[in-house]
Amino acid sequence: MNDVIIVGAGVVGCSIARCLSRYELDVLVLEGKEDVASGASKANSAIVHAGFDAEPGSNKAKYNVRGNEMFEQTCRELHVPFIRNTSLVVAFSDEELPNLQKLYDRGIQNGVKELRIIDRDELRALEPNVSKEAVAALLAPTGGICCPYDLTFRTAENAAANGVKFLFNKPVKTVKPEDGFWTLVTEDGETFQARAIVNASGVSSAFLNNQVSATKYNIQPRRGEYVMLDKSEMGCFSATMFQCPGPMGKGVLVSPTVDGTIIVGPTSEDIESPDATETTAFGLDKMRRLSQRIWTEIPFRKAITTFSGIRAHETTKHDFVLGEAPDAPGFFNALGVESPGLTSAPAIGVDLAQEVATKLGAKKKETVSDDVSDWPRVRELSPEELNKLIEKDPRYGRIICRCETISEAEIRASIRCRVGATTIDGIKRRTRATMGRCQGGFCTPRLIEILADELGVPQEQITKAGGESLMVLSRLFPEDK
Amino acid sequence: MNQEIDVLVIGAGPAGLAAAAAAREAGCENVLILERDDAPGGILQQCIHPGFGLHRFKEELTGPEYAQRFIDRVRELNIPIQCRTMVLDVTENRQVTAVSPEHGVQVFSAKAIVLAMGCRERTRGALMIPGTRPAGVYSAGTAQRLVNMEGLMPGKRVVILGSGDIGLIMARRMTFEGAKVLACVELMPYSSGLKRNIAQCLNDFDIPLLLSHTVTEIRGKERVEGVTVAAVDEKRRPIPGTEQYFECDTLLLSVGLIPENELSLKANIPLSPVTSGPTVDDSMQTEIPGIFSCGNVLHVHDLVDYVSLESETAGREAAQFAAQTTQETPTYTVVKDGFGVRGCVPQRIRSKGAEDKVAISFRPADVYRKATWQIRAGENILLKRRAMILTPGESQRVELPREQFVSVDEVTVEVVLEEKK
Repeated sequence: MNDVIIVGAGVVGCSIARCLSRYELDVLVLEGKEDVASGASKANSAIVHAGFDAEPGSNKAKYNVRGNEMFEQTCRELHVPFIRNTSLVVAFSDEELPNLQKLYDRGIQNGVKELRIIDRDELRALEPNVSKEAVAALLAPTGGICCPYDLTFRTAENAAANGVKFLFNKPVKTVKPEDGFWTLVTEDGETFQARAIVNASGVSSAFLNNQVSATKYNIQPRRGEYVMLDKSEMGCFSATMFQCPGPMGKGVLVSPTVDGTIIVGPTSEDIESPDATETTAFGLDKMRRLSQRIWTEIPFRKAITTFSGIRAHETTKHDFVLGEAPDAPGFFNALGVESPGLTSAPAIGVDLAQEVATKLGAKKKETVSDDVSDWPRVRELSPEELNKLIEKDPRYGRIICRCETISEAEIRASIRCRVGATTIDGIKRRTRATMGRCQGGFCTPRLIEILADELGVPQEQITKAGGESLMVLSRLFPEDK
Repeated sequence: MNQEIDVLVIGAGPAGLAAAAAAREAGCENVLILERDDAPGGILQQCIHPGFGLHRFKEELTGPEYAQRFIDRVRELNIPIQCRTMVLDVTENRQVTAVSPEHGVQVFSAKAIVLAMGCRERTRGALMIPGTRPAGVYSAGTAQRLVNMEGLMPGKRVVILGSGDIGLIMARRMTFEGAKVLACVELMPYSSGLKRNIAQCLNDFDIPLLLSHTVTEIRGKERVEGVTVAAVDEKRRPIPGTEQYFECDTLLLSVGLIPENELSLKANIPLSPVTSGPTVDDSMQTEIPGIFSCGNVLHVHDLVDYVSLESETAGREAAQFAAQTTQETPTYTVVKDGFGVRGCVPQRIRSKGAEDKVAISFRPADVYRKATWQIRAGENILLKRRAMILTPGESQRVELPREQFVSVDEVTVEVVLEEKK
């Protein structure tokens, strides 16, 4: 029996796990998919929101602003990049100005610092590439950008360094109260027990809650489609460019990423299946049109990839549902955490962990490891530093991913760490290999080879993202190997 | 840490090998080739099909055989090839930074540099094809590497998008290895591959070539389960109602090659928006003195035989540049793309040069039947060629005496229509 089982290894589940690892508790994370950050945490705008968008008084507002304030510290501890690059909400006509003012007022109510509305000239001075139609903008210097999967992965690593166990490919089917503890059964019939459950299962979170509580929730999967533009476009905008909500809806954003690419999106579409992560001709078209409002000459010929993410929108409260279910003692929700969930995750982690620890009467540990299994990144090193490293381990000198300059040693480290990659996508999200402009054209064969070597399996068993997603279907000369 | 090199060649594919050998044969003693792969040969290592060398050697070779002739020549000339070496930076004043497991970080000061990094394949992401993102979507070249060098079969039921040469070759290769290739789908009303490849790789195996079609959706959650293909109109937009669904486990893309000029950009070398390679003169020198460019990093070739020729020019000229203490400033004739012509290389011809003949190559912008193309200086026609058919898939190349360009400011290469298809 575990003290706590967290269902879901997204950024919220991992943040809670990391905070719980500070207490004298046995913590297990059960994830339905093959890796951390396999749902909304891998496919979102990567924005650390300032907090002017959420309804005052809501959990979204409270945790957004608090989470935002925690981001520097959290990212420093986890060795992940974070840039406070400023958010700008652009109005394109005088009719939109009252909406801009509303956002400003809301931001002030929510406690967002340094907000102000700037005029056309100041906006153009800040962002010369903004559309000529822009008339004013809300400026939020506390807005930032981060890498959501890197953040999730390092959060999980630090949790694991402090004793948290992770199990993957364990989708939870049923949750049931017993006499003073909880029983979880996975889809393939495996049983787990714990004194407390934390439900951080994203699009599945209502499904679990509704099994144990009379307070029913409903999650509406909402799809957002994105396109990523090549690093060559770096510098087109330094701030995250939002559009002022107007008759055309919320529009899409154009933002630099911490990796130097440009992200454009998301569209917003309610869909039936929480697994429908495909992009559509309709969605991509819409995104093209909407993004041109901000960046008239947006160069889609520089696209390197498109993707979509599913947000878990809760339709009864339209807010994050956080904390112990009133009629299910020991069952804690982090339900309906959609945007600004990434920003809020560090703060949600702290609060929920404390609530769970108090419930279980757990004490804080005396010593805590700050290890996040960080490894040197060749692309960030000076020639002298790199030379020293290669002397110790020549594999730092063998570049596998040409576009992003990632060495064999980094790839191997991403597999060998505590919550290591087991798939090609897992390596991708931990190292950026295959994320560059060739999209894995050159390094994929090498990655298959290294991953098979590290896992001790034949190359034809290597998958892109678990399950049946085999990279290759057979070996031509089986007798050779 | 700093090494001085006379001619530093980046890339040991067919272009780099030919350039290095030519530089040595032109008298340069201090030549070094840097190569990122484990072995020399470049993309030819995986091109195990025949069809190489017909122009160069008057015999038909496979890719590795063709490459081996140049590797042997480089070895005979005692030119070192440093493999597993990734060049990280090239500067305008010809400092090259590279990294390898064996030598760590190295900095080279070169008197002349030959850029021969080749090209990469356009991706699914660049085309923004809608759908899921399952395993089983590969560029044709990656699939070729997997099959021919790693011995791994990417899939069993295959649709190929794009009819570039690698796609056509892979249609046949996958068929030989037991896969079923359902169709080759081409957006344009013509193939961008060689005619002989369409005959030998598609027609001979009854693989349909669907011209003016494209893939409009990729389906399959984990592995590719199928693709939707639709006809396109003149503006290349899918026509609703023409969709057909192919159940398959693999989609291969052969939708264009892009010269890999990230290093060139670091050295501030101006690129042509048409070829995506550096703009060069007839010595293959870029607009940055002492930096030369050849092979697919300069412009995408259809035949490796011409890569070798062009690269030998680059190598010889680089050796000469490295040997000279003062450079003479020549006058130039500008070569312009006229009607029906895309991407003339070189873009400039020097009034003086060691070689008496100057080669010009280009790709037709469209399919033209019974057409004439010409090189014109004002009213004066320098050369006229008739062709039964001109297609973008087959580049045109001609050699002219340099003296024809003396005192000519500008020539235009253009197609003259008698009858358009």
